[in-house]
Amino acid sequence: MFEILKRQEMADGTVVLNEISAPKIARNAKPGQFVMLKANETGERIPLTMADTNAKKGTLTVIYQVVGKSTALFKSLQVGDRFQDVIGPLGKPTHLEKVGTVLCVGGGTGVAVIHPITRGLKEIGNHVIAIIGARTKDLLILEDKMKAASHELHVCTDDGSYGHHGFVTDVLKEVLEKEDVKLVVGIGPVPMMKFVTKMTAEYNVKTLVSLNSIMVDGTGMCGCCRVSVGGKTQFACVDGPEFDGHLVDFDELGQRLDAYKQEEQRAYEKYLHECKLAQ
Amino acid sequence: MGEEKAKKKEKIPRQPMPEQKPEVRKRNFDEVPLGLPSELAVKEAERCLQCKKPSCIEGCPVAIDIPAFIKLIKEQEFTKAIRKIWERNALPAVCGRVCPQEIQCEGSCILAKKGDPVAIGNLERFAADLEREFGKGDLPPKAAPTGKRVAVVGSGPSGLTVAGDLILKGHDVTVFEAFHKPGGVLVYGIPEFRLPKEIVYSEVNYLERLGVKLESNVVVGRTISVEELFEEGYDAIYIGVGAGLPRFLNIPGENLIGIYSANEYLTRANLMKAYLFPEYDTPIALGKDVVVFGAGNVAMDSARTAMRLGADRVRIVYRRSRQEMPARVDEIHHAEEEGIEFFLLTAPTRFLGDGEGRVTGVECLQMELGEPDESGRRRPVPVEGSEFQLECDLAVIAVGAGANPLLTQTTEGLELNKWGYIIADPETGKTTKKGVWAGGDIVTGQATVILAMGAGRLASDSIHQYLTWGW
Repeated sequence: MFEILKRQEMADGTVVLNEISAPKIARNAKPGQFVMLKANETGERIPLTMADTNAKKGTLTVIYQVVGKSTALFKSLQVGDRFQDVIGPLGKPTHLEKVGTVLCVGGGTGVAVIHPITRGLKEIGNHVIAIIGARTKDLLILEDKMKAASHELHVCTDDGSYGHHGFVTDVLKEVLEKEDVKLVVGIGPVPMMKFVTKMTAEYNVKTLVSLNSIMVDGTGMCGCCRVSVGGKTQFACVDGPEFDGHLVDFDELGQRLDAYKQEEQRAYEKYLHECKLAQ
Repeated sequence: MGEEKAKKKEKIPRQPMPEQKPEVRKRNFDEVPLGLPSELAVKEAERCLQCKKPSCIEGCPVAIDIPAFIKLIKEQEFTKAIRKIWERNALPAVCGRVCPQEIQCEGSCILAKKGDPVAIGNLERFAADLEREFGKGDLPPKAAPTGKRVAVVGSGPSGLTVAGDLILKGHDVTVFEAFHKPGGVLVYGIPEFRLPKEIVYSEVNYLERLGVKLESNVVVGRTISVEELFEEGYDAIYIGVGAGLPRFLNIPGENLIGIYSANEYLTRANLMKAYLFPEYDTPIALGKDVVVFGAGNVAMDSARTAMRLGADRVRIVYRRSRQEMPARVDEIHHAEEEGIEFFLLTAPTRFLGDGEGRVTGVECLQMELGEPDESGRRRPVPVEGSEFQLECDLAVIAVGAGANPLLTQTTEGLELNKWGYIIADPETGKTTKKGVWAGGDIVTGQATVILAMGAGRLASDSIHQYLTWGW
């Protein structure tokens, strides 16, 4: 179990897709849910939202950016290698509802997360407008898939190397001005989600975000992933990961995400050093 | 005549177990008590009076035939001793270490009336450790296969007990565990220095040798539902998922960085082996000035873990007095020996942080004891104007745990009480859902390892009856 069946490098090799054999998880998984992955005996448990699942094939797909030791270790796994542990599906599924025009905004690897939600919202009859963004053209992922999953796709790059020059929020504003948007789903880095919700608040449009807090078990038994939503403490792993963006304390979330910055750097450097020695 | 015999026997004093010295052990994760050598174990076994009506057995929630196994140790029939224990208990190396014997078997020992009781826990541990090291003693006999299948949800002490009982009765047993390793609180909660994980895995391995199947990484309620387990052909289901929902203090500043639930702190340290970071990948904050809230065993474990991770100072903050501390006397004693300080009659009111969102201290109030509350303990009342601040760079909240709703919310027909615990018959473990039993902390709320095992034993008898005769 948990064998890697397909592996694809995207965004200049900084983002990797793994299709993993996990029939039990694939059978019950729904858009918006996540899995915890652990590569080997000494590994840590990392949460990743599933970018896709295939119940028939018994597979799930995750897409991750290499940002530290664990994701670098994941990247080193080849087709035929196995994750030692994959646990899921975890978290509440996205509440998919027909509301009219919806706007799906994805940034960075958040595009991978928003893809199945976008597709799901379209399938049940919404008019779906999607906006995806990346720092630069080479880092953009899943453009084709997002095009197919939506009725209208806008692409932005921070440096203007492709599509609209600027942030996703620029396009978001234009669309909010023009269209009668009933729901916005915004998924990406914390600053992006913060700005998206700030803007949609001005237009009074309901906004869902998917929070990526640090997790250990992913089943509600430790509270590591706790976030403040509307002044109340919630566990992202069982109460979320999706929440009403207008109620989320993004500053606190951003700070908590940096809790282990030093340790993460230390582990990553040690890993890179050992890789070098192994060569 | 009995009295006379007692006098004669009592001349042998209770044999103390050698321990690591406090100055040394407070900085390592090795086990603190080192175990009894054979000579001492045999000597200790000689102290047992072999009572005709042994009250020690009544004090044991799983009713081990204590005089019988002790007699076997006395006769140096060590393999036979462990087999005697296995008849009633699949986790003797664990129970010998973590049971509160002073209020169970040893508390009921006749010798306790006039002096020190027989060290039953130490002897149980001795037999189990010896078996693990040397013996491949014959496994207990198994009944003929019944063709019935039982799913056990949760691989903590109660689930493992049910699995061990039912496999011997000839049923086909599969245990489902949400974590990547089996053992429940035995692996994520109780630290290495109190219960080495190798010991837990070896007791789990004993169950696997008996034929129990174990499936880790299965979150019942998410990966598979209770209904789906029935659809897959299980005839009975036992729910032993524990009380794994951390309680917080619900005071301002609780989400600052450096504030952990004991569950998270201990899971990182024990299950994920963060104390070996960066050899293991999971990090843990290394506090210099640590405050732990609560005074149960989990609080002692957290405080002693922080000390081993290099803290300069570890303080336990508890709102009642020493007398009400729920931790085992031994554990409090161990903690004190290791330099843990106690701030009693102290209640936190808010956490203080720096500009970056990290904890820097906690504001507390002095308390005094008022009238007894519903638990019978005197209720702490704040002393007006007694606010003061304690500095800290790491805080661990160990004020208890509640029922994790993940499984119960996704299972229809399972009645819960107002705290979210499963309602089950105390004699049989039967729930309101046909074919489903429950026991341990998910029924009683947070209690002890051995009580969970006792609940498992009652339930397994009832499940066996159901599989043989019907509900």
